[in-house]
Amino acid sequence: MNTTEWFGIAAALLIGLGLYGILTQPMLLRKIVSFNVLGSGVFLMFGVIARRGAAAGLTGDPVPHAFVITGIVVAFSASALAVTMALKLHEDTGESAFPEGEDATAPDNPDEDKA
Amino acid sequence: MSDVVLHGGLILLILSLAVMTVVTRDTFAAITAFVVYGMLLGLAWVALGSIDVALTEAALGSGITGALLLRAAVCLRDKEAAAEVRRPGRAAHRVSGLVCAAIAAGLAAMVLMLPDPAPSLAPAVMESLPATQVKNPVTGVLLAFRAWDTFLETVVLVLALVAVWGMTPDALWGGRPGELRQHAHDGPLVFLARVLPPVGVMLGIYLFWIGADEPGGKFQGGTILAAMWMLTLLAGLTDAPPVSRRWLRAAMVAGPATFLLAGLSGVVFASGLFAYPPGFAKPVILLIEAASTVSIGVTLCLLAIGPPSRPANR
Amino acid sequence: MSLALDIFTVVMVVAGLFFFYAGSIGMLRFPTVESRLHALTKADNLSVGFIALGVMPQMAEATDALKLLLAWALILFSSAAASQLIAIAARRNRRRDP
Repeated sequence: MNTTEWFGIAAALLIGLGLYGILTQPMLLRKIVSFNVLGSGVFLMFGVIARRGAAAGLTGDPVPHAFVITGIVVAFSASALAVTMALKLHEDTGESAFPEGEDATAPDNPDEDKA
Repeated sequence: MSDVVLHGGLILLILSLAVMTVVTRDTFAAITAFVVYGMLLGLAWVALGSIDVALTEAALGSGITGALLLRAAVCLRDKEAAAEVRRPGRAAHRVSGLVCAAIAAGLAAMVLMLPDPAPSLAPAVMESLPATQVKNPVTGVLLAFRAWDTFLETVVLVLALVAVWGMTPDALWGGRPGELRQHAHDGPLVFLARVLPPVGVMLGIYLFWIGADEPGGKFQGGTILAAMWMLTLLAGLTDAPPVSRRWLRAAMVAGPATFLLAGLSGVVFASGLFAYPPGFAKPVILLIEAASTVSIGVTLCLLAIGPPSRPANR
Repeated sequence: MSLALDIFTVVMVVAGLFFFYAGSIGMLRFPTVESRLHALTKADNLSVGFIALGVMPQMAEATDALKLLLAWALILFSSAAASQLIAIAARRNRRRDP
């Protein structure tokens, strides 16, 4: 059995895990961390595809490698922006999670105007 | 055989750390697990044969992202219990788990059914690489064959920083980001911030310079420069400049501007936009990489420390 | 000559692995933050050194071997400083809520 395929299956599991975290973790910061796990799973899948395309004396296809490098940088930019927004939300409203369902009218939400 | 043991063990470690990152209740512990996870993922990239990506993942995906997340975790430390109330119920957990397991299974099946022989652009890259005069195929792809993508990506970094700064309260606009640190009692940190940066700056420049021919490049080099700046800020040896400083803005856009000018000059001196004049490809690529290394270093550090939080005049 | 170097590499790497193992057991079994840090930094720095020294003769060029030495020095500096910082933070936390 080729170990490259194992990394591919691991990548699929990482994507599933990251998505699970995004769906179930209430804290926005934890959603951002899970988003990064999901992203790294996608990158790893690129790596597996690049590895399978090893040819011309190279250990992998350099085009997906270049994509992943730019991808990691863009993922960091997105995370930095998301973290800043989460901290801003906390600063302005004291919230660290999305208000949802009946919680949206919780008393600690000062902007809520129940007439 | 040794591959089976080494790679199998590595994959098991990576998966268990990912589980810890996602499900642990304590945010600080989860982020610590995430940083270790990123480091091991770097090893996975070595196993998959890409040192370029391994360096980027370890330095940026794990290191600086970890610093960013830890900063946020410290700010939100007291909020964990409050957020816990919002945790979805058991049924929602089960449904999410099923959906995610189905998606993972589908993706895994797809990985196993990838076409054989695998399509590859490697021969095409190696055929055209001599024209770029660089020997690292990844640098060739980033700076020559897909230069347009890479240019837009350096722009994305600056735009993200503009968006982060856009969240500054009006009263603090033009102020300094981060907090003022005077940690005289953190002796070891100050010591580290004095010893490490000379080596780190040299290493960052080395990674950019070697990137033309060996694994490395502006992203890896710039990330190390950013880390060194963050270290001196953290130890209180330097203070973050007010974001209104002109030199700071110039350093931010130097990379994208050089890239754009080089790309536009291709219309005049070569065959079109982002084409390099034959015979001068390597000097042009090195010039773009040098300017980008500085811009990436400055921008990454500023992204990690967040919007201005105090007035410019202390 | 190359056989002697290979044996040197194997011995040094095995020694390094032994100290890694010892350090990991210490980190898992010792009772306090300080003693765990002690086990981790002392044993791990030693084992990284053993492994770096052991792998050095296998490098194709002398400059590559020097890079290994530099990596070890950097790990020594940063892990020493990091362990001190963790210990300081742990003491501060204990003072806050004893």
